[in-house]
Amino acid sequence: MALLEVSDLTVTYRTAGGDVPAVRGVSFALDAGQKLGLAGESGCGKSTMALALLRLLPKTARLTGEIRFDGEDLLTMSWGRLRAVRWAGASIVFQGAMHSLNAVQRIGAQIAEPIRLHSRAGEAAARKRAGELLEHVGLPARRADAYPHELSGGQRQRVMIAMALACDPKLIVADEPTTALDVMIQAQILTLIESLVAEQGISLLMISHDLSVLADTCDRLAVMYAGRIVEEGPAAAVFGAARHPYGQALAAAFPRIGDPASRRRPQGLAGDPPDPAELPPGCAFHPRCAVRLDHCDAVDPSLWPAGSGEGARAACVRVLPDDGLSLVPAAKESA
Amino acid sequence: MADSALPTAPVPQLAQSVRDRSGVRRLRYYGEKLGGSLVSLFAVILTSFFLFRIIPGDPVRTMTHGRPVSIEQQEQLRRDFGLDKSLAEQFWTYLTGVLRFDLGESFQYNRPVTDLIGDRIWPTVLLVGTSVIVSAALGLWLGVRGAWNHGSLGDRVNTGVALTLWSVPSFWLGLILIVIFASGLGWFPTSGMESTGVEGWERIPDVAHHMVLPLVTLVAVVYAQYLMIMRSSLLDEMGSDYIVTARAKGLRDVIVRRRHAVPNALLPTVTLIFVNLGFVVFGAVLVETIFSWPGLGQLFYSGLSVPDLPLVQGLFILFSAAVILMNLVADLLYPVLDPRVRP
Repeated sequence: MALLEVSDLTVTYRTAGGDVPAVRGVSFALDAGQKLGLAGESGCGKSTMALALLRLLPKTARLTGEIRFDGEDLLTMSWGRLRAVRWAGASIVFQGAMHSLNAVQRIGAQIAEPIRLHSRAGEAAARKRAGELLEHVGLPARRADAYPHELSGGQRQRVMIAMALACDPKLIVADEPTTALDVMIQAQILTLIESLVAEQGISLLMISHDLSVLADTCDRLAVMYAGRIVEEGPAAAVFGAARHPYGQALAAAFPRIGDPASRRRPQGLAGDPPDPAELPPGCAFHPRCAVRLDHCDAVDPSLWPAGSGEGARAACVRVLPDDGLSLVPAAKESA
Repeated sequence: MADSALPTAPVPQLAQSVRDRSGVRRLRYYGEKLGGSLVSLFAVILTSFFLFRIIPGDPVRTMTHGRPVSIEQQEQLRRDFGLDKSLAEQFWTYLTGVLRFDLGESFQYNRPVTDLIGDRIWPTVLLVGTSVIVSAALGLWLGVRGAWNHGSLGDRVNTGVALTLWSVPSFWLGLILIVIFASGLGWFPTSGMESTGVEGWERIPDVAHHMVLPLVTLVAVVYAQYLMIMRSSLLDEMGSDYIVTARAKGLRDVIVRRRHAVPNALLPTVTLIFVNLGFVVFGAVLVETIFSWPGLGQLFYSGLSVPDLPLVQGLFILFSAAVILMNLVADLLYPVLDPRVRP
């Protein structure tokens, strides 16, 4: 059984200007010990997804669907039970650890806080464990007395990782864990995350705009566009042979190591991601799509088996047997 | 993991020199703050002499007004007060006196200004000090509640009431309270700090009874400041990432607020509290006058109408010194509360 199973999750923000759908029917499953990468541009709903998993979104967000974690539905769970699952069951490594840590508390105290909350450990035991966790992520234990601003960006991200490990969770959600870091530190942090989750058999849901980073770290990849998953499959298949035009564009945006050709032609994608409040009709990607067909503004295909690899799927009319013509509403066809 | 670990312990000598340098930096920070305060204080001493000489009015004529006093007697008074000397000579006498903590002798009370201040300072500290504590506690508490339930009906009523009271002049509110609760309903005395003939421990409830109306007046017009600052600063903090981290850890909302949001939101508020504490000795000229509270504010008011130059100069220096001192305390305290600004 999957550790995390998200079915048809939608997140809608209620605003003064009307409802804004940020996540529109996302489904995926993550097995114990597996690593899933979620990629997409900013504004595609991937960070909303991360916060939605533990119901951390503001009150203006309405969630529907199902998030089964370890057999229990997080969306219908009581607040008390949910607080018990938070951090002890699933923890989060946030992006930009500068602001994700409390600036006026020593980092040791911040790491010890969830330990004391979830394990009823005493003050001294929690402190000791915090020191061990720091050593584990490559920081000396005496740094527990430091304040966040006394550490470098990479060190703060290490603290964040130590904190995420504090209660031995089954799942770690890493939301852009390396975004604000320079490339060398980025590589160190990724290696650290990878080895820690492998060592302790933790499942990882890693969210990033950088498909090459995800392809390096994760077993499977899912690409999000405008609140939906448009492509998913084994990492190599998605990164190397994406079937959805957006997945292809995202993969082409990063040069591949060992492939000089790709370095000489980095490709961008014209246009901006759509405003979630005003999505285009049909496939949300069609206005930016280089290979769109005439009926793409009328059909919004769901994920369909496509491409190589186990469980590879794409949501594009071009992978459908008849280019999705049978899905076009009658009105459009006659016009 | 060892390969990705950053160099751990720095070389001992290096660590030592870093510590020395941070010690020097700390000393320089405190030195700068202290030096700045002394410069401000000296500027106050200089301006205080000239400021009150701009006030129109002749002290001798005001004091002898309506009495049969001859020109010779007036001249004698002028000589006694030292007003016959040149401005430069007067300034020199004043300056050398101030530097010896001698503020001169009051024209109208015929007593050293320092003695007068000594008599009147405690009622003011009691009244205004209590009002700062009460209004800060009330304002902060309401501000926290307002921010946590922002946009609710309670929050809007709360903010509306506070802002309305803030815009009310204190002397007007004081008079209205006297009309309703003192002369009207007779629940509280109209003026003064004590009833005559009350001795020993009985004095405490008696003074408290006299203090209610002036205290309510002072608190009502001021607490909105604390409320607004606390509310907006907490609202800022509540949108921060570390609050999401705290909630993700599984903490209850109450704990998130108390342990994470409020300590961060308090930082700007603390400065305000200390600046206001600086105004403690000065804060209540109007309210003390209306309630005949025997404090420094009332003394200042009586000094201004003459003008009793040594008295108003001395009080002005005292008021300014208190503000400067409290600002200095706030400057020194801030690094204790916020590790980010530690020198």
